[in-house]
Amino acid sequence: MKYLDEYRDGQKCRRLADEISRLVTRPWSIMEVCGGQTHSIIRNGIDQILPDEITMIHGPGCPVCVTPLKMIDRALSIAARPEVIFCSFGDMLRVPGSKDDLFRIRAAGGDVRLVYSPLDAVTIAQDNPDREVVFFAIGFETTAPANAMAVKIAARRGLSNFSMLVSHVLVPPAIEAIMRAPGCRVNAFLAAGHVCCVTGFRQYPPLCEQYGVPIVVTGFEPLDILEGIRRAVVQLENGQAFVENAYARVVSEQGNTAAQAVLDEVFQVTDRGWRGIGVIPRSGWKLSDTWRDFDAEYRFPADDIQTCESDRCRAGEVLQGTIRPDQCEAFGRECTPRTPLGATMVSSEGACAAYYNYGRFVALEPASSGRS
Amino acid sequence: MSDPPIGSPETSAVPFHGPNCPVPLTDYPRIVPGHGGGGVLSAELVEQIFLPAFGRPGESGALRDSAVFSAHGGRLAFSTDSHVVRPLFFPGGSIGHLAVNGTVNDLAMSGADPIHLSAAFILEEGFSTADLKRIADDMGAAAEKAGVRIITGDTKVVDRGHGDGCYISTAGIGIVPDGIDIAPDRAVPGDAVIVSGTIGDHGMAVMSVREGLEFDAEIVSDCAPLNDMVSAMISECPDIHVLRDPTRGGLAASLNEIASASRCGIVLEETRLPVNDTVQSACEMLGLDPLLVACEGRLVCITPADTADALIQVMQSFEQGSRAAVVGTVVSDHAGMVVGRTAIGATRVITLPIGEQLPRIC
Repeated sequence: MKYLDEYRDGQKCRRLADEISRLVTRPWSIMEVCGGQTHSIIRNGIDQILPDEITMIHGPGCPVCVTPLKMIDRALSIAARPEVIFCSFGDMLRVPGSKDDLFRIRAAGGDVRLVYSPLDAVTIAQDNPDREVVFFAIGFETTAPANAMAVKIAARRGLSNFSMLVSHVLVPPAIEAIMRAPGCRVNAFLAAGHVCCVTGFRQYPPLCEQYGVPIVVTGFEPLDILEGIRRAVVQLENGQAFVENAYARVVSEQGNTAAQAVLDEVFQVTDRGWRGIGVIPRSGWKLSDTWRDFDAEYRFPADDIQTCESDRCRAGEVLQGTIRPDQCEAFGRECTPRTPLGATMVSSEGACAAYYNYGRFVALEPASSGRS
Repeated sequence: MSDPPIGSPETSAVPFHGPNCPVPLTDYPRIVPGHGGGGVLSAELVEQIFLPAFGRPGESGALRDSAVFSAHGGRLAFSTDSHVVRPLFFPGGSIGHLAVNGTVNDLAMSGADPIHLSAAFILEEGFSTADLKRIADDMGAAAEKAGVRIITGDTKVVDRGHGDGCYISTAGIGIVPDGIDIAPDRAVPGDAVIVSGTIGDHGMAVMSVREGLEFDAEIVSDCAPLNDMVSAMISECPDIHVLRDPTRGGLAASLNEIASASRCGIVLEETRLPVNDTVQSACEMLGLDPLLVACEGRLVCITPADTADALIQVMQSFEQGSRAAVVGTVVSDHAGMVVGRTAIGATRVITLPIGEQLPRIC
């Protein structure tokens, strides 16, 4: 497949891994921020061909995993209302709330629909004028522009039955929260390439400066990730800490300014709870007051939601990189993709699910070669 | 203005023939509850739609509730399968093709030569008879291609809103040649793992139509009968250990079932898996893994390693097997587990999907 196969070439990957082995002189912990990168690392076994000195820490970049429980419970209560058609991306459907998930709401008669784009939800609203259509707008800066456009298009079409339950989260405040957390052992970050495609990377130099960490804007294919790691290692070994763009075929420094303009128009920055981590100041977006009519939180007020999180789930520590998924006592025992205790075991981008689905064998049989 | 009298041309799209004269089926553009009532309308459905499509069945000359036929000695294989698919028509096939090929292939996977099928329809009130005719014609064509006959059937109609247009259940019987023992628990370490062609075509063809996803090149279902190819494979190598057609759950589910039943491990070389470019692209876009996407005209064959080359040659002489390839081996390690060797030479576990695959958010 053109433009992908080139970045999956096994021999080139091995050469890059060998070069990283030659460069590295001591242990480094590097966090990939994005869940898509975690998925790719585990799916391809990239961690198996890295030298022992490099530890990859899987960051909080799976939007499904970090959506706060209270927001999921709110989504479930809205989805159960008879007048509502509740639209969501696919991997949100199985995320456990306190008692239910969206699949169970659907089996009980709720009208829950899987959509591929927020614009599909707008079309559903247009086709069902007597129903309330609610779209569950989650995700990082990557999915936000399309969600913002959906609101604008719904407004332009005069749809009064469309609203969004917004739980957007932002990457730079999360990086800052991780660096400030006690026991943080992250030496460098691979920034999420597709987030930077929207936002650019002008927000990152102050973080590099303040916390002394290299940040490398990185793509998602095996060669992209290895190149990101290589650049991070070069900086770490040289005692440097600056922003580098290893994903220049997609990301520019200023980002997508048209998308940014729409985001500024529709959203405003807010404090946001992250599942397993807690509230991070100014780390999310909500609909700005101008667009309040489209905000499902106002349209379906519910202040009496009592959440109940499993006390066995250590997803918070996994998301902050202080433990690996398989270091949680529940991992692979009472917590599996079939019976998830936390969201990190549900989404294919979740660190626990990625470990479980692709990684179990690693513990049984180390890679045959590649480790130095 | 008063209502026109009943039966006048203004109220009826079809000519009215009086209270005792049933409206001819051909004049019903849609299925009504009576089509499942077991009376005249049911009989007309059989006479006018099913029999012309399936052809006259052998010994009885009619589609009866129960079919009696002569067996030719040896062991019989018997299988049944229900088919619900949305949309009913998709690039490369329809629910009619699936209903026949699904059961034919299930029989073929036990090494049987399929001979007779039954077909039971559950139709929703309001379903278009023109569509039913198309589906029946597809079944007739698929049965002819597979060399089987549909010799018994049944039709029920459910109220509007209680079905999804048309569901079809088929059952089938086949004869298993002497000396053939093909079963999922027969894989042994050292066996070769062969797939007959590209994986994931059917699932992505259906999904692309259902979800309105458009790609530059249309994705066409691989839906096809496999019994002729299997018959040739068995002639070449009577000692084939396992045959499976990877339908729901894709190749990953089939291989996991085999590994589990045989208490062996399976190592899959991911770079050798045949996948169509368009299917791969569609999977990339949606965050799906082709290994978990359904096929409807492919098989996986586990066979002694020294027979693999000859089998591949036989398979490649059939359209359905033109891209047959050895994609892995059965091993004694990690019993019950399927392990993929990735393009960069690392490994990953290939697990059974939990439910249906869910598209990723971004």
